[in-house]
Amino acid sequence: MDNDTELRLGLPGSVEVKKPRETPQKRSSPDCISVEDDNLDRPSPKAQIVGWPPVRSYMKNNFYSMKNKADMAGKYVKVSMDGAPYLRKVDLKNYKEYKELREALENLFGCFSLGEILRMDGKYTMEYTIAYEDKDGDLMLLGDVPWEIFLSSCKKLRIMTDALGNKDREDSK
Amino acid sequence: MKVQSAMFYFPEEVIEHIFSFLTHHPDRNTVSTVCKAWYKIERLSRCEVFVGNCYAIRPDRAAARFPGLRSLTLKGKPHFADFDLVPPDWGGLAGPWIEAMARSCPNLEELRMKRMVVSDESLELLVHAFPNFKALVLVSCEGFSTDGLAAVARSCKSLRELDLQENEIEDRGPRWLNSFPDMCTSLVSLNFACLKGEVNLKSLERLVCRSPNLKCLRLNRAVPVETLAKIMNQCPNLEDLGTGSLLADQFSEAYVSLISALQKCKKLRSLSGFWDASPLCLLAVYPICANLTGLNLSYAPTVQGQDFINLIQHCVKLLRLWVLDSVGDKGLAVVASACKELQELRVFPSDLFAAGPATVTEEGLVAISTGCPKLNSLLYFCHSMTNSALITVSKNCPNFTRFRLCILEPRKPDPATNEPLDEGFGAVVKTCKNLRRFSISGLLTDQVFYYIGKYAKALEMLSIAFAGDTDQGMTYVLNGCKNLRKLEIRDCPFGDGALLADVTKYETMRSLWMSSCDISLRGCKALATKMPSLNVEIINEWEAEMEENLNNGVAEVISNNNNKHINNGNDERKVEKLYVYRTVGGPRTDAPDFVWTL
Repeated sequence: MDNDTELRLGLPGSVEVKKPRETPQKRSSPDCISVEDDNLDRPSPKAQIVGWPPVRSYMKNNFYSMKNKADMAGKYVKVSMDGAPYLRKVDLKNYKEYKELREALENLFGCFSLGEILRMDGKYTMEYTIAYEDKDGDLMLLGDVPWEIFLSSCKKLRIMTDALGNKDREDSK
Repeated sequence: MKVQSAMFYFPEEVIEHIFSFLTHHPDRNTVSTVCKAWYKIERLSRCEVFVGNCYAIRPDRAAARFPGLRSLTLKGKPHFADFDLVPPDWGGLAGPWIEAMARSCPNLEELRMKRMVVSDESLELLVHAFPNFKALVLVSCEGFSTDGLAAVARSCKSLRELDLQENEIEDRGPRWLNSFPDMCTSLVSLNFACLKGEVNLKSLERLVCRSPNLKCLRLNRAVPVETLAKIMNQCPNLEDLGTGSLLADQFSEAYVSLISALQKCKKLRSLSGFWDASPLCLLAVYPICANLTGLNLSYAPTVQGQDFINLIQHCVKLLRLWVLDSVGDKGLAVVASACKELQELRVFPSDLFAAGPATVTEEGLVAISTGCPKLNSLLYFCHSMTNSALITVSKNCPNFTRFRLCILEPRKPDPATNEPLDEGFGAVVKTCKNLRRFSISGLLTDQVFYYIGKYAKALEMLSIAFAGDTDQGMTYVLNGCKNLRKLEIRDCPFGDGALLADVTKYETMRSLWMSSCDISLRGCKALATKMPSLNVEIINEWEAEMEENLNNGVAEVISNNNNKHINNGNDERKVEKLYVYRTVGGPRTDAPDFVWTL
């Protein structure tokens, strides 16, 4: 097991599965298939063995389609608003850009503006700033980094409100 | 003398009445062997027949013996077919059975089949040949399409149960649901969760509307929340529900409707499905959790972390829980603290290749065993396990009847001590006197088999993979496990010595499976020669061209010229897959090219 310098077929890092004997007569679907993986920066997945782990093929097939859906299923992050009694959650994957996210947040939290109604027409508005907590736990202002980078680093959203008062606001975005 | 005449004085009707209290089929098998009179009475009055291996007896013979048959259960392919170890077209055909029953058993009402190949034509025959047909249960079957389902729906006058579990069904469109006639109101149980395609939602709603007796309904992923809500409003007496897709927009009408509908279902005890479950939809389920006895989240990777914890902590009466390992040790700890009545737990792997970080470990299992002492059935996939954890688990839960542990990496030792897991699994068999089913994994030597042979006296089914050192391992099991019925082995160094150690043992068992072990053709031939009551089948793809397989049974092995592959002199070739089973039906007549009966 520690013969790392031993010459053998297979990718570095792949587990060599010991079989009781060689099978020269085997032709179709070998028992042990090396997983193709040319990204040597991360450890390659272990070699696949036919029928292992013992999970029903029905479930395996479902699992693959589920996993793909899960990858697409979205990135839900908590959204808190200062003064609101409870938090909400949004799926960041529903939005392609910051503008869409801001609009969605306005819709979500429109009812919480301390008696004032937050409208898109700019009539009664609150000053608010949207910030987010990143992977390092730091509170960052929304909008500085490209959307994709924001997507991968955002852990939580926070809507911070300023003092009360009606202010006309340009629809600047 | 006096006793004997007294026995014969018993009218047949009385004996038959006494037999009617024997429902356990092994008991009925036993009484039928007492004398000819009892054999006759028993067979004519038998209503339920269980055939654990469809090749153990010819269909005609079974049908002729039990003409009054009402319920038939059949199992086909070997268990390892579930994991793609059996090539397609291996067999397990339902057709001959349905045809035989059609000829001899007109009273058939229920058919349950597992791992069999069923064609649409067979389904057509089924519903036309049996006027009283009421219940069809298909588990892990294949070979049919939604057209076959349409035939069943269309023609069964009083269909009570259509239960499709994890089958491969060819989707030919959603029209099959329309085929239930308007006057069909008898449905009690409908499960089409395994169907991949769309269903006609309006037909589904109408069907549910006119089925007042519906107790169990399991939908497939194509059924949206809107339809689920409508359906739930129609059947407040539902006891078992498999949801469709639980993706819902926040505060949509459908979601609100679902909440109120669920709250009305006071009898709901079992939940499954949960596809694409959004956390919001889980909220809707909380009010009914307190009464749940069964919960299956194994198709819901979205239910994890805090969402899972929030859900499970309400399920205080839970008896059966199936989850993915993405719930983590943390989730299992909550299960342990909330579900004190838990009897069965299954934890499935969400990452099949163990490439990511460990999700559940021995800690989760120990927590469960500590919190749920009534646990008697376990299936647990994990990245690693320790001996001390297994010892603790068996101390906490001595009532295991089914214990299956799968460590994802083959031959992995105890990470704490780097030792094999012999002692851990040994502790399980020592403590759990009622253990009937056992699957082991990780690094294991012959020692674990010594323990199994010595202590697992109630064991009926044993599954082994990548374990053992020598033939002695397998021999311990064959010699010691008196009640062994099914033994399945893959990738273990057991050879001809082990195979032939106790050949008469196989007559007391249903079947033996060995693949990627160390057995040779010579050993298999020897077994076949010594035990004519067994079918010794090998699955091989040695040559590109296959001759027609042998149909003539054991005696022809040496002299049959057709069989150049078996008899080309090289008996030392290793046999890739061996399947041995007792039978009174002789060699299979439907074996494909790659299956050779020795």
